[in-house]
Amino acid sequence: MIRTAIVSAAIDPAALLAEVTTDGTGATTLFLGTVRDVNEGRPVTGIEYSAYAAMASDELARIAQEAVERFDGVQLTVEHRIGTLGLQEISVAIAVAHARRNPALDASRFVIEELKRRVPIWKCEHYVDGTRQWIDPTASRDAQPAATT
Amino acid sequence: MQQLQVLLFASYADAFGSGSVTVSVPEPATVADVVGALRSLPGGAVLPESPLVAVDRRYTPGVIAVHAGQEIAVIPPVAGG
Repeated sequence: MIRTAIVSAAIDPAALLAEVTTDGTGATTLFLGTVRDVNEGRPVTGIEYSAYAAMASDELARIAQEAVERFDGVQLTVEHRIGTLGLQEISVAIAVAHARRNPALDASRFVIEELKRRVPIWKCEHYVDGTRQWIDPTASRDAQPAATT
Repeated sequence: MQQLQVLLFASYADAFGSGSVTVSVPEPATVADVVGALRSLPGGAVLPESPLVAVDRRYTPGVIAVHAGQEIAVIPPVAGG
């Protein structure tokens, strides 16, 4: 099975795991991206995720399809949340299952890397001092990676 | 000339003060023509010379022609995850 979604409600990782696990899967991976408290030295109170929702849904589905073609036999569910998230909340969850561990691990890595490169989602960080800033990963290559993952 | 509507998001929407703007471009026009017209509008300085553009929800190079009725969006650097 393959399922991808852009969601606004809290992500339930256990539900994603249950979706991909079958009698034939012997390895299941779960990747979670969560909101952390500091980015590039600035204390963060939360992140507002926004998306070009229609295209983000399409692009995420295309990535999942590519993963299934590259890693034959994987079961895959991906959800990315949008809206305002607090510290430790899950922004993205990727559950992958396969008969063997390597395809599951590799497919999970493939999906998160492609998602971060291609899916039109943006995050606006809110800081302790009351200010906010859109994160531009292309402008901070020499600094810390962007805020969650 | 033709009028094309362009969708904007995140930092670009903030810079233009709107989630969509209308540009006037020659007919036929390319993606690059649309970007050029956007860059000449107030707020347009925020755009790089060749920002990511999606036409009908797919990333599309600057040389490709666009026309009314297509969904055109200029995409700021993405930051999902």
